[in-house]
Amino acid sequence: MNEQDARQAVAAAIGKVAPDVEPEDLDGAARLRQDLELDSLDFLRLVEVIAETTGVDIPEADYPAVATVDGLVTYVAAHG
Amino acid sequence: MPSLGADMEHGKVVEWLVKPGDYVHKGDLVAAVDTDKTVMDIESFQDGVLAEFLVDIGDTVDVGTPIARITATPAELPPAQPPLTSGTLSPDARSPLAAREPTPAHQGAEAGHPEPAVKAAPPVRHLAHTLGVDVGRITGSGPGGEVVRADVERAAADTLAAAATEEAAAPQAPEAPAPAEARRVRSSPLARRLAAELGVDLQEVSGTGPGGAVTEDDVLSAVPPRGRPPREQVAEAPPSEAPAREPAPEAAEEAPRQKRPTAAGGKAETLRQAVGALMSRSKKEIPHYYLSTTLDLAAAMAWMQAANQQRPVSSRLVPSALLLKATALAAKEVPDLNGFFTKGAFHPSSEVHLGVAVALRHGGLVAPALHDADTLSLDELMDQLRDLVSRARAGRLQRAEMADPTITVTNLGDLGVESVYGVIYPPQVAMVGFGRVLEQPFADNGMLGIRHAAIATLSADHRVSDGLRGGRFLARIDELLQEPDKL
Repeated sequence: MNEQDARQAVAAAIGKVAPDVEPEDLDGAARLRQDLELDSLDFLRLVEVIAETTGVDIPEADYPAVATVDGLVTYVAAHG
Repeated sequence: MPSLGADMEHGKVVEWLVKPGDYVHKGDLVAAVDTDKTVMDIESFQDGVLAEFLVDIGDTVDVGTPIARITATPAELPPAQPPLTSGTLSPDARSPLAAREPTPAHQGAEAGHPEPAVKAAPPVRHLAHTLGVDVGRITGSGPGGEVVRADVERAAADTLAAAATEEAAAPQAPEAPAPAEARRVRSSPLARRLAAELGVDLQEVSGTGPGGAVTEDDVLSAVPPRGRPPREQVAEAPPSEAPAREPAPEAAEEAPRQKRPTAAGGKAETLRQAVGALMSRSKKEIPHYYLSTTLDLAAAMAWMQAANQQRPVSSRLVPSALLLKATALAAKEVPDLNGFFTKGAFHPSSEVHLGVAVALRHGGLVAPALHDADTLSLDELMDQLRDLVSRARAGRLQRAEMADPTITVTNLGDLGVESVYGVIYPPQVAMVGFGRVLEQPFADNGMLGIRHAAIATLSADHRVSDGLRGGRFLARIDELLQEPDKL
């Protein structure tokens, strides 16, 4: 998957999990847990939505790689 | 109107989930009620046929007020009557229950109360006139029965749904100044509904649709920031009346922003006040004592990580699930921490309904129950936890979930906090706190290693338990977590 599509998919997924976050305001360096205030259940839901919409499964061991928005986009682009 | 929490004094029906003529069984959900904290679904306490509603959607009534009548047989249903003026509480209502009635029409023939003079601020009347709603037909949910914006918006939505619009002149309230001039706002029903939900005054929105009609996009771009609580509406009305007359959308942006009781900001404020009152009461009445211990999570985390590797995302576990299950099991074994302190005495509970503190995204806290948490498997607990948290954030919890927690857990681990000492929610007698899962060095048999750990705390009511029992409870949680496969 190219980076553009990955970024769109990630923005859409975040929008679903955290409706109060504006997709346009998504800072690539934002940390999902701390800056976007996603708790462990929100994060799990995000991983679930990404799997549903892009088919990319993120195993627990790879969670550290997707801790930021950019990290997630890169991961989805690489595996999508 | 049932009591949905220790501190609840009044509630407001916001939706009927059944309608007159429906047969309801005990336990069926019959209405959605808005307390200061959240919207809760309530259930019927008996079987029977829903005869009639006794309160209007949007009425704020005291706990204990009958809100609907259930009869034993359909034959007792009163004959359908044409829409009457504002409903009042029926004095000869029999049982407290709710039913569905999407339109403002209802039987008022048995009403024994005289109708109060309708009070409404001029901008509210303005809105009512614009939306084609008769202010005189609405029962106000504000202080003193005043008709507030939310009542008008709701009545407008109901009127649209029933397709029975009335063009009625709004009667003058005794103290209110002359109503402002009306500007008919053209808009689609969807735009109106969206405006009602978001608290946008259609008057203030410039329409970009055909003929200057207000479209959904216009409404979305006009969403104002959080407003102040409804109490301040009456004070604001006179100064804001003049700007409200102007058709220009840029004018008087302050006025509508300040009178939105149903907006996210107003709701968060009332929730915060309600929680604050409860916390103050807790600290005044309950002699808290505090304990903490470090949980050894090496076995639990290893087990969980191994389990998750083999599971699809939708059935993965989070550490909270293990901590909650261990807490529920420990609470079953130490009854001094599980139950209610009411009327000067402690009443232990035979069930463990674990309250889970959930932070709401707009601010505020609710702690609904996972029923019989000690009996749930980890997978069931995980599923129910996810469902409970998402419904808590969406504001759709059930009465039983709000009223039943026998002990509560607050988990701030996700925020990076190492430990949290909670404030007990009366009438409960204990609150458990968990911090984040840390990796820390530890010594074992003269050797140094790294393990996962978390700090567990207990805040407990010293009238009911003491350090010995509390300590036993925390130690038990740690023991249970050493055998995660048995959780």
